Order: sequence, then structure tokens, then C-alpha cells
Amino acid sequence: MALALFYIAAAVALASTVLVITRRNAAHALIYLVVSLLSIAVIFFLLGAPFAAALEIVIYAGAIVVLFLFVVMMLNLGRRSAERERLWLQPGMWVGPSILVGVLFLMMLHVIVVGAPGTTEGTMVGPKEVGTALFGQYLLAVELAAMLLLAALIGAYHLGRRYLGDRREESSRENRP
Amino acid sequence: MTVPVIPIEHVLALAAALFVMGLTGVLVRRNVIFLLMSLEIMMNACGLAFIAAGAKWGQPDGQIMFMLILALAAAEVAVALGLVLQLERRFDSLDIDTAGELSG
Repeated sequence: MALALFYIAAAVALASTVLVITRRNAAHALIYLVVSLLSIAVIFFLLGAPFAAALEIVIYAGAIVVLFLFVVMMLNLGRRSAERERLWLQPGMWVGPSILVGVLFLMMLHVIVVGAPGTTEGTMVGPKEVGTALFGQYLLAVELAAMLLLAALIGAYHLGRRYLGDRREESSRENRP
Repeated sequence: MTVPVIPIEHVLALAAALFVMGLTGVLVRRNVIFLLMSLEIMMNACGLAFIAAGAKWGQPDGQIMFMLILALAAAEVAVALGLVLQLERRFDSLDIDTAGELSG
């Protein structure tokens, strides 16, 4: 049973990833990317890594994809954006992602109704073990990751600030007669 | 708690397939946004391989590597999207080839 769940989730992941790299429209591709990440989170759960699965949803699907979406929307700000958004949000394009997410939803319902599959044995690595190892043995790696994130924060602020500064200048110039 | 055993070969095959898809995306797409999405797919595939290995041995190290990959992906996306904004401002295009001035 669990194997069947794994293969279904793997099929959904592969299908949605193919659709991500073949889309023309960035917003559509991002929706398929969310589906792909959700199905990989299902696989993490099945592999006995619930904490990683939660992080996958919260950070990848929640934060990183939203950042992408934010930039995609921002870049279209100045140009005929209303027309474009109307084209983006055609009802027809929701069918594909809805079907793929529906498959994942049915899997979840199945697990809730029938009960968690567990015929053969494997070990689950819970958040407690992960936390103990993370702040014991891997403390240095955590510090390095903090430095990396700080550097990224400063870099992103620097790059983005110049963009916004210029745009503000341009718009104030336009407003002046 | 017990969890079902999934053959690690199949998980690694899935990770390899996802990685190749991401690589294909990087090679064939020229829109910077799609390039970054393909990079995310590749990093995600690496994370899947790490989780599979960690599950195989029942150790938390795989999940810790996944978290570090997650931190790397977040940092990369933040800086790269800043660069995307600069690219759009300077070349008025999201095509990565318009920024190929360095190649002469």
C-alpha cells in the first residue's frame, strides 16, 4: 500500500516537474512547481522524515515560491499588467494543477480514513533526533548557514534597493510636467 | 514508530529523474525566472536523495543536509531575484542571452 502511495506521488512529481519546465508563462509554471514540491513532501513523509516534509512545504512552497511570484508580478507592474493578468488567470489553466493536487488530496484522505500504512518495518527519524543532531554535532554548520543567510540578506537588499530607487526616480520624473 | 520500507533504488531513480529535468530546464530555457526554477528543482532532487539515504540508515544526518540545502536555496533565490530585477532594469528583458556582453 505504501509503495503504491510512493509511486503515485512520484508520478505526480515527475508530471508536474515536466509541466514546470515546459510552460511559457512563469505564473503557470510556479503553480505546477508548488504541486511538484507538495508531492515531494508526501514522499518525505513516506520515507519517515516528517520534519523535512513540513519544512519542504513551509519554506519551499510557502516562502521561496511566493518570492518568485512576487518578483514575477513586480516585473509586470509597468506594462499593460491588467490585460496580462487577465490572460494569466484563465479558468482553463487551473484544470491541470487541480487534477494533480486532487490526486495528492485523495491520497491524504485514504491515509486518514484507512489509517497509516505500515506493513513492513523501517525507522522514522523524528524532529527530536534531528534537533539534537543539528544543535550538537552540526552546530558549526548552523552557524555557517546563519552567515550565508546574513550575506544573502545584505546582497538582496543592496541589489533590490537600487532597483526600487531608480524606479522611484523615474516615476517622479514622469510625474513632473 | 515504524514506517513502510520503500526501495531506496526507486527513490534515488526519482531523484535522478528530477535532477535531469532541472538540468534540462537550465539548458533549454533562456528566461531567467525559468532558469531559477530549474535550479530549485535540481536542489530539491538533491535533497530528496539525502532524505532517502538518511531514511535508509535511520540517521538524522540526511534531514540535516536537507535543511542546509534549504538554507542555500533560500539565500540563492533572494540574491538571484535581486539580480533578475537588475537585469530587467538594465536590459529591459528577462532573456539571459541579452546579458552576454562579457563574452565579447
